[in-house]
Amino acid sequence: MTLLAVHNVCKAFGGLHAIEGVSFDIRRGAVHSIIGPNGAGKTTLLNMLSGVDVPDSGQIRLDGRDLTGQATHRFAAAGIARTFQNLQVFFNMTALENVMTGRHLREPCSLLAALLRTPALARAERACRDVARRLLQRVGLADYEQARADAMPYGALKRLEIARSLACEPQLLLLDEPAAGLNQTEARAIDALIKHLAADGTTVILVEHNMRLVMEVSDHVLVLDHGRKLAEGAPAQIAHDPRVIEAYLGVESALPSHA
Amino acid sequence: MAQAAATVFRGLSGLRQWAAHPRTGGMLALAAVIALLPLALSNNYFYEIAILVALNAIVCVGLNLLIGYAGQISLGHAGFFALGGYGSAIPSASHGWPPWLALPMSCALVGLLAYIVGRPTLRLKGHTLAMATLGLGIIISIVLSTEDRITGGPDGMAVPALALFGKVIRGESTWYWICGAALLLSVWLALNLIESPTGRALRALHGSEIAAETLGIDSARFKLQVFVISAVFAAIAGALTAHYAGFITPAKASFMHSVELVIMVVFGGMASIFGAVVGAVVLTTLPQMLTALKDYEMMVFGAVLIATMVFFPQGIVPTLGRRLGWGGK
Repeated sequence: MTLLAVHNVCKAFGGLHAIEGVSFDIRRGAVHSIIGPNGAGKTTLLNMLSGVDVPDSGQIRLDGRDLTGQATHRFAAAGIARTFQNLQVFFNMTALENVMTGRHLREPCSLLAALLRTPALARAERACRDVARRLLQRVGLADYEQARADAMPYGALKRLEIARSLACEPQLLLLDEPAAGLNQTEARAIDALIKHLAADGTTVILVEHNMRLVMEVSDHVLVLDHGRKLAEGAPAQIAHDPRVIEAYLGVESALPSHA
Repeated sequence: MAQAAATVFRGLSGLRQWAAHPRTGGMLALAAVIALLPLALSNNYFYEIAILVALNAIVCVGLNLLIGYAGQISLGHAGFFALGGYGSAIPSASHGWPPWLALPMSCALVGLLAYIVGRPTLRLKGHTLAMATLGLGIIISIVLSTEDRITGGPDGMAVPALALFGKVIRGESTWYWICGAALLLSVWLALNLIESPTGRALRALHGSEIAAETLGIDSARFKLQVFVISAVFAAIAGALTAHYAGFITPAKASFMHSVELVIMVVFGGMASIFGAVVGAVVLTTLPQMLTALKDYEMMVFGAVLIATMVFFPQGIVPTLGRRLGWGGK
């Protein structure tokens, strides 16, 4: 069943066509990976899916609702959450507060109640704190609860962003290179986390360079090259697609010929 | 028995947490200072300064929400301050309104004005609010000076005394308690706001606007809310100032007054409610102490500001707080 339908989206920055006429469908409950060489337009595509960038043309529909051109916060309200390749952690807060902020849409936000700190608001805050604590535990950051984000190591911050995006209880989770810059052990932990998420039924779009991770966790892979869709299909199928191999390794004639 | 001991222990550690928390411990400390200060205020002049400090501090607490938490600069808060004062003075002086009714009406109108100005400007990125408020402040200042039939022109106008429950409020010490209570209330409201989902949303916007929006935070809405609150805080302080002094002039709306308010916030420490209070205390009392230096007053004042920014780059309270190892909210 289709959760997200992307139809013919284009995005140009000045003369550079970052994404040219890409279409695909995202199935509910599956892990979809988007791969491609550097500069293929993966992050631009993710930015459009999360409302950070507005497509020049084309359509993005979630659950049949057209989100194209809407404000960024409406994408979140529709059920799309994301992490960032270059961290966008709230460094002016503790780890716990970062995750609590992820609960924003599930929290009462009346200004008057906030100013007077009504008992109902205090109760909601305690509940929010508990949920955030559980999420930190889930990504393995229980020890960092009260740590200021700007004092946390890089690997922990990557996981903190995942916990924060999970706090939104999204229908669709976009992960932009969650394992980038991590060592083997840390990458395996992310690996396991994504598998758990998938098992719980969260629909995931994963942008990742780590092919081992992509091949292990994906149900479906989309390959981008120079802003266009090069191929899509099951991981095994993609791994043997000559066009994909060519895009990654260069033209075949440049390789030693196999007699 | 063990259970009882555990309960007591939990109670004690709870008490310690409670006292260390800014919303409780900080409030208690501020209340204690306000309550004990009169012991040191030996004459009316000192009372006058203390009242001025409290009123400036109320503006700064509000302005700090805007600058320190919403990351927006207002260069027109003196305009809101003066408008709050005139808005309360004009109906009570010229139209016979009771001041206790004119005062909240005036503050509500200033809030409405801030909403009208903020709504279109805060949708735009960058420092458009600073520009818009700069213009607004100047317009307010000009209107107050030129509409002399209503405002008394550059010479200002007399303001009737505030009366509550049929009793006229007069005397330095009564005003001290009123302004002290108003300050305590505004700090309490501000601390509550910061620790609510709204406050987190604001801090998130400051931390990373993109990330905040992808979590569903409507940045324009929250910036607007806090801008209106900060304008209302300024209006309340302005109206109290007018009724206390019994007089108001357009100088209160001057651009320099707006800049002074911003300096107090930055000096005390952005994103620190108590920092705003400290900034107001130091920068209101310092010029009074420096008057002895006559011609050198502004030089020393400038040197103190520069030294503060060099040695306390985040403002007094946050920098000291970090060095002493407490949170410093």
